[in-house]
Formats: sequence, structure tokens, C-alpha cells
Amino acid sequence: MSILIDKNTRVMTQGMTGKVGQFHTVNCKAYANGANCFVAGVNPKKAGELFEDIRVYASVREAKAATGATVSVIYVPPSGAAAAIDEAVEAELDLVICITEGIPVHDMLRTRYKMQGKHTLLIGPNCPGLITPDEIKIGIMPGHIHKKGRIGVVSRSGTLTYEAVGQLTALGLGQSTCVGIGGDPVNGLKHLDVMRLFNDDPETDAVIMVGEIGGSDEEECARWIKDNMRKPVVGFIAGVTAPPGKRMGHAGAIISGGQGGASEKLAVMEECGIQITRNPAEMGRTMQKILKGWS
Amino acid sequence: MKIHEYQGKEILRQFGVPTPHGIACFGVAEAVDAAQQLDGTLWVVKAQIHAGGRGKGGGVRVAKSIDEVRGAAQQMLGMHLVTHQTGKDGQVVRRLLVEEGAQISKELYLGMVIDRSAQRVALLASSEGGMEIEQVAARSPEKIHTVHIDPVAGLDAKDAAGVARKIGISEISIAGAVTVLQGLYRAFVEKDAILAEINPLVLTADGRVLALDAKFNFDSNALYRHPEIVLLRDLDEEDPAEIEASKFDLSYISLDGDIGCLVNGAGLAMATMDIIKLYGGKPANFLDVGGGASKEKVTEAFKLMLHNPNLKAILVNIFGGIMKCDVIAEGVVAAAREVHLSVPLVVRLEGTNVDIGKKILVESGLPIISGSDMADAAQKVVAAAKGA
Repeated sequence: MSILIDKNTRVMTQGMTGKVGQFHTVNCKAYANGANCFVAGVNPKKAGELFEDIRVYASVREAKAATGATVSVIYVPPSGAAAAIDEAVEAELDLVICITEGIPVHDMLRTRYKMQGKHTLLIGPNCPGLITPDEIKIGIMPGHIHKKGRIGVVSRSGTLTYEAVGQLTALGLGQSTCVGIGGDPVNGLKHLDVMRLFNDDPETDAVIMVGEIGGSDEEECARWIKDNMRKPVVGFIAGVTAPPGKRMGHAGAIISGGQGGASEKLAVMEECGIQITRNPAEMGRTMQKILKGWS
Repeated sequence: MKIHEYQGKEILRQFGVPTPHGIACFGVAEAVDAAQQLDGTLWVVKAQIHAGGRGKGGGVRVAKSIDEVRGAAQQMLGMHLVTHQTGKDGQVVRRLLVEEGAQISKELYLGMVIDRSAQRVALLASSEGGMEIEQVAARSPEKIHTVHIDPVAGLDAKDAAGVARKIGISEISIAGAVTVLQGLYRAFVEKDAILAEINPLVLTADGRVLALDAKFNFDSNALYRHPEIVLLRDLDEEDPAEIEASKFDLSYISLDGDIGCLVNGAGLAMATMDIIKLYGGKPANFLDVGGGASKEKVTEAFKLMLHNPNLKAILVNIFGGIMKCDVIAEGVVAAAREVHLSVPLVVRLEGTNVDIGKKILVESGLPIISGSDMADAAQKVVAAAKGA
């Protein structure tokens, strides 16, 4: 098992025929069981065409009916990306992963409002996607740095996730599933939602949680962990040196009104029993140490 | 993207929110003309900079005569206005707003933000106007009233009136307050704002509700559909290095340290700054070159960092995934040659084609210090900066 996706997941790609979509579709298809997993593309103007032997359908609903795909990955440009999520939600897919960076936040507010009461889960936007090593990769992360194993990874950042994964793999610690939840202020699954899934996954033994400045998702997750988590958690927060009021690359990475600072987040996480490290080069080794103590 | 108060008030007026009459000016003579055009015997001269806290720094003056308007304008234009938001050097005042004075009977606070946890627009209102809302939140949080607004239904009149009553607006002024609240919400949504503040919102002696200040910050991801907002951008208010960086699609923020960092990805870029500090150094900047860093982008990034007179060393930290290490290495070598690099350069490469990348660095003959991992690279760059 793993969380959210495995080798049996069937995926459609919204925005498959654009430059970014094409590039990543080729890579995802080449990873592990990707050739069987990526079964459809969606583009109303290119319905009936083939890309890499993957058929393009006019709508999400049509792609779902024709192929049985229940998951979608979105590379649609920012101005149309929220509408693409809406379409996937209306077609009642199980999971939507939106890679697109730069979606206006008011568009996301409306999309999240429409998602209330629907069963579709959203990962992202502005995220690298997720991967269950040796089974399936949905997104833009480099597949080869991963190794199959029993550590869960959840993070708001792309390359910092790769850093954490790279450290784990170098130490021989494989991953169950790695989830990039994205750097936008209004998004789908939060740290807490993913942590619940890892807690219930029999094939995950421990979790690395990587956060950054802005918002209070990490604190909310930490408080939940204190009361509910049965597995060890290692935490790192990026941005101890970030000045207040400045947006650090990601739309959601900003300390505003004295809220969302890295040190405050780390303090709450530590209080809640998370093994924090202030050194981003020590995420893997911190996990290794904690696993020795735990077993 | 931030705008000036006078521009914010113009937007508010478009949405039916009353403000005092005022005229934006760029010179002393213009300010005097403006005061003469505005009837009355009382004026307010306000320095227009993007930072808050202008009043305390001497950027807001009440004038009781045309001479006083002239005096205030002379004093303010060109001054380095220092507030708690500007940093110690302050911000040069280049624009003024001259307004008619108002007979204030009460000062209130209105704010609008995106509440990330609730995933709604939140309206914040308080009876404590004129001071910073963070201070009110710390001292008397019960005086801040928050309403989460349904994105489909919008802010209805009943809810707006309810908030208005809670912050002590009397019945005679409720209708005016509802107009202000609904107008502010419509402006916030239709213009894709991420922050709006009217502080203070005032009740006048004759029961009118007026926006005495206006602060807006707009979603940079939505500017493509608001050319009218883009026109309001004032480059004088922004860091020249950050403007230059944006031309090359680089995400750059100046900091006060001496170690430049060039990183791919925002999270890793922040973590790189953090690890430099952890090993006793000080980062000079945040710089995310993004996913597709070409030789040209890396060269521009080096130039940006080297503009900083305090720069003592550079750390390049790349986790190559989609972006291959050999491509980055070629970019770094070409950039270092082109800019005649004068400070020590530490490079840490990891990921796809890392061995080819490292070989390119070694064979370049350039004095590049190689870092085996993030910690090693950070320690080496801190040592290099101290030795330089």
C-alpha cells in the first residue's frame, strides 16, 4: 500500500498537449508502471488525436467514461487552470493534482468553494505532484532520486522535497509516497490531511514534514500530531532568515502581520513532539536517528 | 503589487466609497494650487509612499492656511521618510496628496484579507481606528470583528450592517457604512486584491462615513487581467535589483548580508539562506532561478548579485531534477567568465548528470570551490566570505 496513488491508478492529463504537459507526460509514462497508468489526455480542440499513444478526449467526463481514469493531473496555464480543476471536480474524479503555478488566488477561492461537499481531493496548485516510488509518478519530480520504502514525505516546496528525498535515499531509507502539496496560500490537501493518510497507511513507518513561512498549516498539523499520530515525524521549516512582508518566491511564502514566521512554527512543532531540525542538510540523518530510537 | 493611497482612494470612489476630496501633486506649486482648488480652511498634506506608519514619521501634516500647505509640501517632498516599514534609510517622498480636512467624530478600522485557513475573504472591523491592527490584535483582540464572506453570495447588507453596529457606528450612519463595506468588498474581488485597509475609516461630525486612508495590495498572479492596475505601479517604490530580476523572470529579494545565493526552487532557496546563517554567515539575497535556468539566466543572476557592494562570496546550490547539472555547470562557468568573477564561488550540485556537471566545473580552470553536500557547501562559503 501507499497513499493516494499506486501502480493501479489510472490518470488523465489536462493540458497534455502543451509544451510543459508533453514533456512531463513523456517522463511520467516512462517511470515504473507509467505506460499503463497514463491513459488519457483532455483538450476540447484536439479530441481524437494521439500523443505518445495516449488518446486525447474533449472533456474530463468523456475521458473518464472511455478509460476509467479517476485521477487527473493539470498543466493548464494559470488563466484556465481553476476552470480545469472545476471540470475535474464536476466529473467526480477521486483526485486532482494541479501543477500549474500562478493561478489568481480569487479563482482558487471560488474553486475551493465549489468543491465543498464534493468527494474529489485536490493536491496543489503550484506543486511538484506526488510519487509512489517504483509504482507511479504523477508530476514533475525527478523519478530516479526516489527509492521504494517506508518513509512518507509531505512538503510545500518542490526542490526542497527533492533535497529531503535525496538525503533519505542516500542513507538507504526508501519512501512510501512523497506528496508536494504546493506553495500557494489557497490550496487543496494540507499537511494535516496528508499526515492523517500516512498515519493510517500500514506501509508508512515515519514521516518527514517540510514546511515554510506563511500561514498556519504546519502548526495545525503539529497539534493534530500531538494527539493522534502513532508514527515518528521529522520536521523542517524553511525561511528562518526570511524578512517579514516579503513574498519569498511562492505566493504563500510570506510572513504577514507578525504571523507565519519559521521560528514560531518550529517552536509549536517541537512542543507537539515532532523531531525538528533547523539544518536542511540534516533531514535524512534526523530521520535515521529517530528510527533507531523508535524501534 | 502595492499602490499609493491616492490611487487606492480613486479605486474606492469607483466602487461608491466616499473619501475626502483630494488632489495628487508632484511639486510644491502644484500642492499650493491643489489647496486653493479645494474649498475650505483646513487641509491635510500627506506624503505618498507605499510604506505604512507615515504619520509618526512626519509624513502627514494638517495645514490651517495656504502658507502652511506650502511649508508642509516643501518639507516633505524629497525627504527620506522613515517608518517602521521602510527600514532605516527611509523612502524618498516624491508625491503628495493634498486633501480637504474632515471634522472627525470617530476613527474606526476596516481591513480585508484572504484567510488561508478558512479559504475565504475575511472582513476585519474594529472600533479602534488609526492605530495598527496588529497592536489592537495584541492588546484587545475582542475589539476586532471578523466576518468570512461567501464568494457566491458576497457581502449582504444585513451582515454589513451587523458589523457596522458592532464597531459602534450609530443608526444614522449605518446606511453609509453598508455602502462602504459593500464597495470595499466589490473592489477587493473585482480588482483581485489580496489586502485592503481603510485605516482610519471615520465618522464625521455630520454623520457621514469617509475613508480617510486607503491601502491596497494586488495579486501579482492576476495582473494579466488588470492592465489598469499595472498602470499604477510606481517603480520608485521598489528595489532596483528586484525590478531588474523580474525582467529575467528571476525571483530575487535583497537582504542585508554578504553571501550571495543562487538556487533553483523557492523552498530550497530559503533553506539555503537558513543554512548559511546556521553556519555563522549572512545571506545577501534570496534568488530562485526557477526550473529552467539557461546560461543567460544564470549570467543575469550573477550580475545581480555582483551589483551588491557588500558581496563577499557566492553559493550556488542546485538540486537538478528536470534541470540537468551539466547544463547548470556550463551556465555557471560561462557566467563566471563573462562577469569576471571577483569573489569566491562555492558550487554544490546534486541530481541528474551530477558527475558530468562537476567535471565541467573542474575542467573550466576557474577557482570554483566544490561543496559535496548542502552543509559542506554552506560551511565553505561562510569560511570564504570571512577570509575575503
